[in-house]
Amino acid sequence: MTASNGHGMTLAEKVLARASGAERVVPGEIIEGNVDLAMMHEQGAQTVGPFHQMGAEKVWDPERVVIAIDHWVPASTEGAAVLHRILRKFAAETQLPHFYDVGRHGICHQILAENGWVVPGDLAVGTDSHTNMLGAMGAVATGIGPTEMAAVLALGQLWLKVPPTIQVKVHGTMGRGVTAKDLVLRILGEIKTTGATYKSVEYSGPAIEALSMPERFTICNMTTEMGAKCGMVAPDQKTFDYLAPIAKHAMHPLTPDADAQYERVVEIDLDGMPPMVACPYSPDNVRPLPDVVREHIKVDQVFLGSCTNARIEDLREGAALMKGRQVAKGVRFIVSPASTKIYDQCLKEGIIQTFTDAGAVFTNSSCSACFGGNMGILAPDEVCASSSNRNFPGRMGAKEARIYLMSPAATVAAAIRGEVADHREYL
Amino acid sequence: MKDVIEGRVWTLGRDVDTDGIISGKYLTIIDPEELKKHVFEIALPEFAQAARPGDILVADENFGSGSSREHAPQAMKAIGVGAVVADSFARIFFRNAINLGLPTVEARGVRAIFEQGDTARIEMRAGRITNVRTGATVTFPPLPPHLLGLLDAGGLVEKVRTELAARKAAAAAPP
Ligand code: SF4
Repeated sequence: MTASNGHGMTLAEKVLARASGAERVVPGEIIEGNVDLAMMHEQGAQTVGPFHQMGAEKVWDPERVVIAIDHWVPASTEGAAVLHRILRKFAAETQLPHFYDVGRHGICHQILAENGWVVPGDLAVGTDSHTNMLGAMGAVATGIGPTEMAAVLALGQLWLKVPPTIQVKVHGTMGRGVTAKDLVLRILGEIKTTGATYKSVEYSGPAIEALSMPERFTICNMTTEMGAKCGMVAPDQKTFDYLAPIAKHAMHPLTPDADAQYERVVEIDLDGMPPMVACPYSPDNVRPLPDVVREHIKVDQVFLGSCTNARIEDLREGAALMKGRQVAKGVRFIVSPASTKIYDQCLKEGIIQTFTDAGAVFTNSSCSACFGGNMGILAPDEVCASSSNRNFPGRMGAKEARIYLMSPAATVAAAIRGEVADHREYL
Repeated sequence: MKDVIEGRVWTLGRDVDTDGIISGKYLTIIDPEELKKHVFEIALPEFAQAARPGDILVADENFGSGSSREHAPQAMKAIGVGAVVADSFARIFFRNAINLGLPTVEARGVRAIFEQGDTARIEMRAGRITNVRTGATVTFPPLPPHLLGLLDAGGLVEKVRTELAARKAAAAAPP
């Protein structure tokens, strides 16, 4: 429905209007939004101090708060153990029932997705920048810091500036061996790491409608690398089918108006698009995979994991390529599922066996090697092929180490070949 | 918050990301006093040793991109940074800094008028930054009243504390 005065609203504007109880909002306006879901991981330990300093005693709605520890699981340092203990104690004291502790854990965004914590129309916030991933549900999902989270826990609200929206319209069909990861890298190459700062990115068009929910998660996940406040896909039958058995609260499906006003429209054609790679040291330093392959870039480590690409679909695809092949000599291949549920599924399907037979290390589910603070840390000058989302200097360890971001299938090819390789040769 | 902030300038380039400000290995540190020892270890290694309270950071575009770690502005606050000025900011960094009461100013073209060691004068409400050595200025749209109010309150903790106390008082008041 179009508002009577002026043009219609984008998806983000619709959700923020709902969150603030307004009929209409416009970009640039500051609103007080009612939060539908608040998520914390280890950084939430820093929420506890400010929460008490604010004089807060109760959490506004314990049914709307999820704690999922993921960066250091099980605790790998004393510091991490302390963070976990602070959160456990806080959860007990404020009676927060939804704590995904060691054994039921997973990467926080995956925990939200696979348990139906975020649904269409929601305003969701989390103490992690990749909270954007949940925008795939047709929600405004965004990252905030721990002090701000303390205010959200106390009041159930936060201030937000209504963002202008960039529409990314995707046409065409993906070629053999081309994935959602390649698509989002291609979009990043276009929008760049600052192109969507403070903005909402709305993904639409026939090629987005054709994507599965896990693929939409991958796309929305890397909206963060564009600097965006949120990345969104309008909910459709796929969203409803995915959420029907798991949704934790009522859905408010909203779609953008046909006459919504976009700050910019980016058109992407998938026809003929090759797989992509983001080269060091920025996720927007994107080049076609075949060009990079020609440079024979030797890898020391390969990482198939992270909230971007460690869902069961990703690991199945990787295992299919890995089956009957070996990890190249001198290469460390780390495979880390995004959640305990996915780990279990891998166990049932023989995926773990496939990877370990090949000489890979299949780890417990966590952020793993993604952020250089837990395990799989790179030494100076080492090179890593990774299915994760960031390749800044020092992201996975030494600041001189170089990280190439790519699809899960391409990481497996790199592990087999010992250098950046084109997985389509193995299909 | 002071309306005019003056201090010695440290210059930084573009796209200084949060890994460059506080790297992943320090994220389990909660104590800001400990954290500040590692601030800018990757992006500006001499800073942690040589910084003086009141110093002003002047960066190019996209300062603070990357993760949501509040450790980044927290470490700057702990070391006594007087203000952070940049051509543009990444959004979570900007929010975190304002929420912690760290004056944060986005001013297009600001990086180009400063050199390392200059003195900057920032007029928060007038929306002007001056290089005291050269006299060069750039203007910027002042923060919206909502955010100036947050800085004036000393950050989000103070603001919410006042609000919760008012709610409590209202609830306790006889009808
Ligand atoms: S997997 Fe990586 S990007 Fe995702 S939440 Fe964990 S550390 Fe962050």
